[in-house]
Amino acid sequence: METKYISQGGMAQWFESIIASGKRVYAPVNSRGQVDFKLVKNLSEVADDYIQTTQSIKASVYPKAEVLFTYEKDHGKVNLSDFDPETIPETVLWKVHPCDAAGFKPLSAIFNWDSADKLHNAHLVKTSVISFSCAKADQSCFCTSVNGSPGNTAGSDIQLTVLPDGGAIAEILTPKGEALVALLPPVFEAERGDKKEQYLVDLPARFSLEEVNAKLNKAFNSTVWKEQSERCIGCGACAFVCPTCACFDIQEDVHGSKGRRIRCWDACGFALFTLHTSGHNPREHQSQRWRQRILHKFSYMPDRLSVVGCTGCGRCSRACPVDMNILEHITSIAKQ
Amino acid sequence: MSEKNTYLPYLMTIDKVIKEAPGVKTYRLKFQDESEAAAFDFQAGQFGEYSAFGEGESTFCIASSPTRKGYIECTFRDTGRVTSGMASLEEGSTMGFRGPYGNVFPLDEWKGKNLVFIAGGIALPPMRCVIWNALDLRENFKDITIIYGAKSVNDLVYKEELKEWADRPDVRMVTTVDPGGQTADWTGEVGFVPTIVETVAPSAENTIAIVCGPPIMIKFTFPVLEKLGFTDSQVYTTLENRMKCGVGKCGRCNVGKLYICKDGPVFSKAELNFIPAEEY
Repeated sequence: METKYISQGGMAQWFESIIASGKRVYAPVNSRGQVDFKLVKNLSEVADDYIQTTQSIKASVYPKAEVLFTYEKDHGKVNLSDFDPETIPETVLWKVHPCDAAGFKPLSAIFNWDSADKLHNAHLVKTSVISFSCAKADQSCFCTSVNGSPGNTAGSDIQLTVLPDGGAIAEILTPKGEALVALLPPVFEAERGDKKEQYLVDLPARFSLEEVNAKLNKAFNSTVWKEQSERCIGCGACAFVCPTCACFDIQEDVHGSKGRRIRCWDACGFALFTLHTSGHNPREHQSQRWRQRILHKFSYMPDRLSVVGCTGCGRCSRACPVDMNILEHITSIAKQ
Repeated sequence: MSEKNTYLPYLMTIDKVIKEAPGVKTYRLKFQDESEAAAFDFQAGQFGEYSAFGEGESTFCIASSPTRKGYIECTFRDTGRVTSGMASLEEGSTMGFRGPYGNVFPLDEWKGKNLVFIAGGIALPPMRCVIWNALDLRENFKDITIIYGAKSVNDLVYKEELKEWADRPDVRMVTTVDPGGQTADWTGEVGFVPTIVETVAPSAENTIAIVCGPPIMIKFTFPVLEKLGFTDSQVYTTLENRMKCGVGKCGRCNVGKLYICKDGPVFSKAELNFIPAEEY
């Protein structure tokens, strides 16, 4: 890893050189008050004053709906056309928060734990992540409780920490990061001895993961699930904004003799998620589905994949229409 | 990148259609690509994702025995979008298949033991695979008993094979239908599977019981076996939950922290004791 200094003007020139290289660039854009990652061409389009994008950056490596393969039916025969990884363009994600970048690891753990997922990996290979450390947080943020921090570099190729003069400390973390620096090396100046920690928001941890994990091991039959989920309407918003939720459905899209098989985001909060054709539903009640959500993230994933399925981004709490707050719920489980 | 696309199915031709019961059919499927056919292998207990192109995929066990080479069979009931799409296909049509997935019945560990197969309704197919596998290697096992029940005489699947098993001197075959499901000429038992098991099951000594049926049948049969002296490690079952991927990623078939698609579908009762029964 190498640390450099980049001035505000240098950053603008470097951004232009990334665009000029032909890579597509996604960055947070403020569209009538809602900030989300969009395709951008100019640095001036990038949003400035916000805590968190509504959606995570997950869709860049795991699209909301992605064609697994296409086929054509021809007089009882079927011809298949496989997904082609070459169709994925080189992509740069600009101004990703550390909690989003940290989400790549649990996502990849799910997609690759037992067999490689060709589609997800095709996106990962083509994607470079430029994260910005966090100088601000709100009451929903809790990255420091789930192995993260406002300056966590996990999942990033380069991390920038913006300084009062508008320039930034640039941590060049991976070969992909070096390749981005190589687009315009002169703007990366010798570091000036700036202390990164000084520019990060102070966010004390709210619970201990180990403690939560230990409690959850014995909590399957607890009454806490029903108590916490009584107001849950099963809308799935929490899963759709989550940077690590990976559960999916596979759907068929047919037009005449041509068809596509498509992988689409799904959510364990939906009543139909586990419904058998017979009518039997192993997770019939919302409380069972809420339990699955929490146990999967904070017990099953740590135990089986050695990753926690939460990066503390707080989006599920911000998005919930009935004000369920994961931080409060997890904290109360830890205290039980 | 040379990674294989897990979701791309093998293309299969429907080689044979057998009507089993009202709404229930068995398809024999052959690989269209000879090199795929040659490379394909599976073991008793495994399952796959079967596609009707235009409708989607459904999860079924492989109902034929791995000792019968060159094809796989699946038995399904016409109930949803995919199965009704499958049911409308004819011999010679193309289907898709992904698999084999999941773990297997430990037939090697069962050498020298008695086997009792207990199945209910449409759950005979996963059992049929292991029954034929055991019968094709008959010398490896001692007494073999098959107890099979369905709602009514009409609902019994594999009727020809039930006769074949009943006629074999080396198999004890007990067939039952639920009370009210019998016909005038019915010569089998009348009663629910757990009740019949209690009266006809062999001694637990040196015996493995394999139970396969709707969740309710499994839940009532286990205590009967326990009463008969079967320990938890002598009892096996195969579970099914709704699945999409079959390979431990889509997130819906888990029972506690175990995935039915990866850690199952075959579980010993000893293993089931560590997972929550309400999730299957």
